[in-house]
Amino acid sequence: MTPERIRGLLVQPEGRLALITLLVFLLMAWLTPDRFLSVQNLTSMAFQFPEFAILALAMTIVMLTGGIDLSVIGVANLAAIVAALLLTQIVGPGVAEHGTFWVVVAMLAALAVGALAGLVNGVLVAWLGLPPILATLGSGLVFTGFGVALTGGSAVMGLPAEMAWIGNGRLWGIPVPLVLFAGLALLLWFVLTHTAFGLKVRMFGANPLAARFAAIDINAMLLRVYVSAGMLSAVAGLLIMSRANSAKFDYGSSYLLLAILIAVLGGVNPYGGYGRIIGVVLAVLSMQFLSSGLNMLGVSNFARELIWGSLLILVMVINASPNFRILPRGWQPPGARQGPPG
Amino acid sequence: MTRWREALGRNETLVALVILAFVVAATLSDPRFFSIPTMMDLARASIVLGILAVGVMVVLVSGGIDVSFTAIAAFAMYCTTLLLVTYMPDLPWYGAFAVSMAIGATLGAINGILIAGFGLPTLIVTLGTLAIFRGFLLTFVGSRLISNIPSEMRDFSRMMIVRGTNADGSFYSLPWAFAFLVGVVIVTWVILYKTMLGRAIFAIGGSVESARRVGIAVRRTQFFVYVYVGALAGLAGIIHASMARVANPFDLVGLELSVIAAVVLGGARLIGGYGTLTGTLLGVALIVLVRNSLVVLGIPATWQMVVIGVLILIGTGLPAWQAKRAASRAA
Amino acid sequence: MSADGEPLVELTGITKTYAGIHALSDVGLTIRPGEAVSLAGENGSGKSTLIKVLSGVEQPDRGTIRIDGETHPHMSPRQAAAAGIMVIFQDFSLFPNLSVAENIAVSAELASGARVYNAARAHGTARRALARVGAELDLQARVETLSVAHKQLVAICRALAADARLIIMDEPTTALTEREVRTLLGIIRRLKADGVAVLFVSHKLAEVLEVCEHVVVLRNGRKVADGPAAEFDAASLSRHMTGRDIAQTSPAPLDEAAPLLLEVEGLTKQGAFEDVSFSLRAGEVLGVSGLLGSGRTSLAKALFGLVRPEAGLIRLRGQVIPAGDPIAAAASGIGYVPEDRLTEGLFLTQSILHNVAIGRTEAHTRLGVLAGHSAWAEAMDWLRRLSVKVPDPQAPVRSLSGGNQQRVVLARWLARTPSLLVLNGPSVGVDVGSKAEIHGIIADLAARGLGVIVISDDLPELLATCHRILVMVDGRVVDDIAAAAISEAELAHRLAS
Repeated sequence: MTPERIRGLLVQPEGRLALITLLVFLLMAWLTPDRFLSVQNLTSMAFQFPEFAILALAMTIVMLTGGIDLSVIGVANLAAIVAALLLTQIVGPGVAEHGTFWVVVAMLAALAVGALAGLVNGVLVAWLGLPPILATLGSGLVFTGFGVALTGGSAVMGLPAEMAWIGNGRLWGIPVPLVLFAGLALLLWFVLTHTAFGLKVRMFGANPLAARFAAIDINAMLLRVYVSAGMLSAVAGLLIMSRANSAKFDYGSSYLLLAILIAVLGGVNPYGGYGRIIGVVLAVLSMQFLSSGLNMLGVSNFARELIWGSLLILVMVINASPNFRILPRGWQPPGARQGPPG
Repeated sequence: MTRWREALGRNETLVALVILAFVVAATLSDPRFFSIPTMMDLARASIVLGILAVGVMVVLVSGGIDVSFTAIAAFAMYCTTLLLVTYMPDLPWYGAFAVSMAIGATLGAINGILIAGFGLPTLIVTLGTLAIFRGFLLTFVGSRLISNIPSEMRDFSRMMIVRGTNADGSFYSLPWAFAFLVGVVIVTWVILYKTMLGRAIFAIGGSVESARRVGIAVRRTQFFVYVYVGALAGLAGIIHASMARVANPFDLVGLELSVIAAVVLGGARLIGGYGTLTGTLLGVALIVLVRNSLVVLGIPATWQMVVIGVLILIGTGLPAWQAKRAASRAA
Repeated sequence: MSADGEPLVELTGITKTYAGIHALSDVGLTIRPGEAVSLAGENGSGKSTLIKVLSGVEQPDRGTIRIDGETHPHMSPRQAAAAGIMVIFQDFSLFPNLSVAENIAVSAELASGARVYNAARAHGTARRALARVGAELDLQARVETLSVAHKQLVAICRALAADARLIIMDEPTTALTEREVRTLLGIIRRLKADGVAVLFVSHKLAEVLEVCEHVVVLRNGRKVADGPAAEFDAASLSRHMTGRDIAQTSPAPLDEAAPLLLEVEGLTKQGAFEDVSFSLRAGEVLGVSGLLGSGRTSLAKALFGLVRPEAGLIRLRGQVIPAGDPIAAAASGIGYVPEDRLTEGLFLTQSILHNVAIGRTEAHTRLGVLAGHSAWAEAMDWLRRLSVKVPDPQAPVRSLSGGNQQRVVLARWLARTPSLLVLNGPSVGVDVGSKAEIHGIIADLAARGLGVIVISDDLPELLATCHRILVMVDGRVVDDIAAAAISEAELAHRLAS
């Protein structure tokens, strides 16, 4: 590669993010060489990150429209709880005989719950015109609340052995969660870049009013966005359930922050209109390298929260300062936009 | 006629009616509900929530949102208690309150710098600082609860405005801490309605651009708002610890959604410029009722979250839907 | 009227450059106390830059600003305000959530440095300011509930309350009805008698000429005319503003045998328009004109489904178009180019190509996949046909000039081959050259059998492009005139009746 090519890559936010990811990886490898680079650690990372990475994908698609989804964790846990209750309460002992069949049914049920929850969010935002923050804050409470009401607040345990596969199994030697995440990321990338829907999502995010005047079917588009986010959350919920071998209303409560952090770090504009899946994937990887490395250095969960929060703020501050931007032009609050001098 | 409809369309009226319906239904299902002890219990439960809600309302009026205030409250409360226990166990309770409010104001200033100084989106900033304040507290300050809180704080929690005995021999009381809620409401009312600063907070929420053009110091006003919320959070935190007689660093965080729910139910709008103290207090009353007395209506406590969520959706959805219809009607 | 007193404001040789382009070159302006001056010019002529210089928001590169005989080399907004120079912007910069009294008193209260807000004092301030203009308003009412004219009144009173000596009004009449303009002129006369100077800044000033002493016309950043108001009329103003005589072109004659394209019957929307009926043939260009608030924009939006009428029918080639559904309207062959290009028409941060192609995504979708190359090729083709100069089709559309931006929106709709195109203010904010080209495009489209509806308050434009003109007053169509049969002055008169 010529120096120009490299400079060209680094001008793009994703190029710089790739550099950051590499630096984090090298730093962690240097700090704890024998453990960080071990096959065991690399595999365990591949099992760990997909659950929150998929939530970040859900957050990304909503943020592209200029919205935010605060209900992703609520949806994930509710979907998992429904699946778990289906397996343990309704089917019960029958599971043992047709384990795989019932696990597939439970997963479909979870996806249906995710889709339904997304539909609720979509209706609230698109049809009733609620601001996404309030709509998903309220619906998130409702979804989490249903989870509490269905379980009485305790964990649902006693899942069939087949349920473990999706979170802990391997496909052609590759961890299933990783395969799942890669597949979903690819799918979302394709949808966002190669379909009319994807183009409309970004255009709407850039200017909702112009989208209306351009006769884009906004309501249908927003519904699909929130349903997709709900279904992605449900997949994440299934992963969390499979890995924890149980379902509970407050699992993964720190993932909401993490999902927003990854989306913002990945270059998604919280005001809508810009964001690339490759950026989100790179952000996921750098977060996982960081998190895993910190783990090895014996840093507590609380300290990790501190570091994540600081990173979020740092990225936002850097992006906001005009002389040192990682993000492209146009990444600025609507109020800051100015017309040409007249 | 139109005045009636206008009054009915307001959130305050709706919330008041829901509260009334709740109280009537609860009294019908359990006559003991409508009694002085129950009311005092509810009043006691609304102290911390109410102080936090007043702060959040001020933020919403200014056109922002804050979700980090619970972490600020926990941080200020725990640090103050630790400080007192370790270095100055004999500091009078008002000293402790001042320290806690100062810590809260300092953390609020961090939010203020990020939001007013850098112009970052308020929700994402405060989500970040929520994690930072909480992470810092649990990592560097401590994560164990302090149960031997200073005697001054314990004494404060024993100071009662009213005290009495029921017919069945049980006690009821209203602590002096309740006076702080009243005080916060009065001070905030004075700031919002009797000072230029308060008018500026409303003005910014109404239109930032216009505020800039008429020469309002937008950034300074925003900065004040976040410092003020921080200080109120510090106050709420220390009152919480005093009344619980224990400083638990894991307390309070998680309460933010209920507080925001109360404020939004009371009619404050996310776009800024609108919000009243009456509405906020009514919202707090409703949330406290739901959190404490749902069982009286025969609804299991596990449904609490669902009820609060549904209340938020109705309380914000109804006006949003009306506004949308009005907009399409107005062309 | 003290036309011979010492000047209040004296600008000489003001020059301001943005990125090498002269926004203002060597402009001078003198305003005396109690005098009303008109500053006329099209969009982009340098009017707004001059306002910014006068109010201290922008520093001129060259030239002097003298206020009360004192020179200000670097005037700040604060100094300008202290000298009593107040700008009333088109959006009035009010606080919708605050009361009339608070809105009026806010500047004065801030200037006094008071920390305590005294409602009684604010009410007093507001009442005095309202008395000075001889108006009455409910001081407790929230500003969001007021009409446009009353909001403007509040803005004027706010300036007065802050001891304004020169009130600059940006496009003061565009949103007002005839009667409201009359009231405004009355207020201006009172202000002048009171010693307050007024600077009207607008691209259509014929309405306010009668209260003005003085007219200054800007074009392309230069002062091209300056003289007593009595020497100007609507025609000479627009000649100075555009630099040429208008209305020399007229549309090609209409084919009498052309089939009926659009029929509108009894279209009604309460508070916007009432019982509007008209028809349009293929190849016909129909103008719809009226003052702001006459219902012209609501009618345009209703044709495209953005506004749902309560009664009436819209038929396109005999087919009834479902009301209030822009997607159905677009699908049946109606296109709409909105009035405000920047907020309603364009996705400013998105690429030029995407801005065009977004209208045709369905046509280029095969098995759910958007065929990028064919969609982009088609978009490029339309950009070429409308001769948009595109250095880089991937560049954000905000990098284009106003005229080219307007053509991007046009290209988006033309790519859909509509049979009816509704153009709301097709040349607002477009330079003179591009304007003529856009008029050429309209004529071209009509020649190819499209029906075109042009909504505009730019009378020369309507006369140059339209076969017929509907005149709207208070939501009703009061006239349906052949464009060839009417003069600009006569049309202006009917609009304002």
